[in-house]
Amino acid sequence: MTLLEVTDLHVFYGRIEAIKGVSFTLNEGEIVTLIGANGAGKTTTLRTISGVRPVAQGSIFFEGEDITKMAPHDRVKRGICQAPEGRGIFPGMTVRENLDMGTYVRGDKGPQKAKDLEHVMHLFPRLRERIGQMGGTLSGGEQQMLAIGRALMSKPRLLLLDEPSMGLAPMLIAQIFTIIKEINADGISVLLVEQNATQALKTAHRGYVLETGYVVKTGTGSDLLVDPAVRAAYLGG
Amino acid sequence: MSQLSDLWKRLQSLSADVQVRWKSMSHVQRLSGYVLAVLALYLAPWWPKIPAVGWLVNTPGTQFSTVLNDQVIIFVLVALGLNVVVGLAGLLDLGYVGFYAVGAYVVGVLTSQHASLPWLVVLPIAVVVSMLFGVILGTPTLRLRGDYLAIVTLGFGEIIRISAKNLDWLGASRGISDIGRPPSIGPLKFGVIDPKPYYWLGLTLVFLVVFCLHRLEESRVGRAWTAIREDEDAAELMGVNTFKFKLWAFAIGAAVGGLAGAHYAGKVGFISPDNFPLQLSILFLAAVVLGGSGNMYGAILGGIMVAWLPERFRNFTDKRVLVFGIALVLVMVFRPEGLLPRRVRTKSPMKSASGGQEVAQ
Repeated sequence: MTLLEVTDLHVFYGRIEAIKGVSFTLNEGEIVTLIGANGAGKTTTLRTISGVRPVAQGSIFFEGEDITKMAPHDRVKRGICQAPEGRGIFPGMTVRENLDMGTYVRGDKGPQKAKDLEHVMHLFPRLRERIGQMGGTLSGGEQQMLAIGRALMSKPRLLLLDEPSMGLAPMLIAQIFTIIKEINADGISVLLVEQNATQALKTAHRGYVLETGYVVKTGTGSDLLVDPAVRAAYLGG
Repeated sequence: MSQLSDLWKRLQSLSADVQVRWKSMSHVQRLSGYVLAVLALYLAPWWPKIPAVGWLVNTPGTQFSTVLNDQVIIFVLVALGLNVVVGLAGLLDLGYVGFYAVGAYVVGVLTSQHASLPWLVVLPIAVVVSMLFGVILGTPTLRLRGDYLAIVTLGFGEIIRISAKNLDWLGASRGISDIGRPPSIGPLKFGVIDPKPYYWLGLTLVFLVVFCLHRLEESRVGRAWTAIREDEDAAELMGVNTFKFKLWAFAIGAAVGGLAGAHYAGKVGFISPDNFPLQLSILFLAAVVLGGSGNMYGAILGGIMVAWLPERFRNFTDKRVLVFGIALVLVMVFRPEGLLPRRVRTKSPMKSASGGQEVAQ
């Protein structure tokens, strides 16, 4: 079943067209990755789906519902939650308060919330150690984990991940992709934007290659991983 | 300098001692502590009569209870309102005097200029009208951020003042006189001579506002404000309707500002556009930042300082503004997050780790 359907998406920054007609689909239960070089439009696509960038042309459907013009906070209620790139956490709130903000849309339900909190801390044991610490005092990797954990607290149907491996130590990178698979195994669909194409394609069921605002190639993760053109351009030969 | 820092350390250890004692007290003891504190505040007009305290707090050249009401209460009310906008929601408002003026002018228009309704009836109207002005200003401008919002609000404050100056309907530069006063109850006479009843009324308003704002801060609304202040994009991505809550912050802030203006107009009996200069907006903001932006009690303290310090140093005559300025700079150097910061930031990870266990328990 198609969960997310993006058709002929055009997005502008001022007069510069960043996305020039991107189309792709994401089926329920899938991990789909968008890979590409800097400036290919990966992050912009993600921000358009979460709603913080307006759509100039084209449409976005989520579970058959047209959400192209829906406000970002209403999309969160529908079950789309983004873990923003880099330091998109609340620096002046503790780790605990950051995670609590994840449950903002569904209200504060006592026992269920405690269970979800336990689950997130199980996925990211480091967050448990840092629970009372200010978000801004965490390391880059910890902040990244916090951003993902906070998004998970909203119980999304579709999790949007923006460069989760950015700035992480190599050992942590492998760990974060394992966690993404675990999250997916729990039934959450994942749209993953990555520069680390090898890891992303190994993790994802399917992938789309973006180049200067267009989709230039699509296929299953393993197909793209062995595609000569993709290898030459993004996987270092 | 070392003496100063020594004094500071002693003050800190003293306050820590007091806190420890306070925590070890029983419920009844604490309650009576609160009652005594409230009583002491209501008896503030007589503080200058107490030996040592009197020397510290007295305001040479101006009657102390006049300073208490016309300066301290007004600034505290305004700082409480502005703190919602600047401190809680993180929206820089440089035209807050505009809402203060709206509150005062509503009272002026409805009790003197065009009608003669009683002050008490007009008070809620003034609050609601100020709130509406907050919504009117906020709806088109809250899509702007940071510096842009600051400039637009700066303009708003000036528009209100200049409109009042040019509209005959609002008394133009002559202003409005004979404004209605709060109703006298028994021995409590709201007249021209004794400022004490106004102070007691104002103090009651402050308690009321503190109570309401405290409830708001602890609610979902307060959490939404904190998230917006911390990172607006992230708040939106967590499902917070940022525009709606920014507008709420603006409206509530405006309402409190209007309340302060209405109280002011009821006391002085005469208002003119010159009572609402841009400088006042800056001082209001200074009160919030000095006291501790985002902390309600900090804002109160800041309001007290900004209102009272210039009066305390009145016998420095023309140098008092200099002294006041130096005092502000010193506070900002030594307490960059204000006198009472929003939250004590833990610097050492070790400390915060133990703090974390406390939270988890």
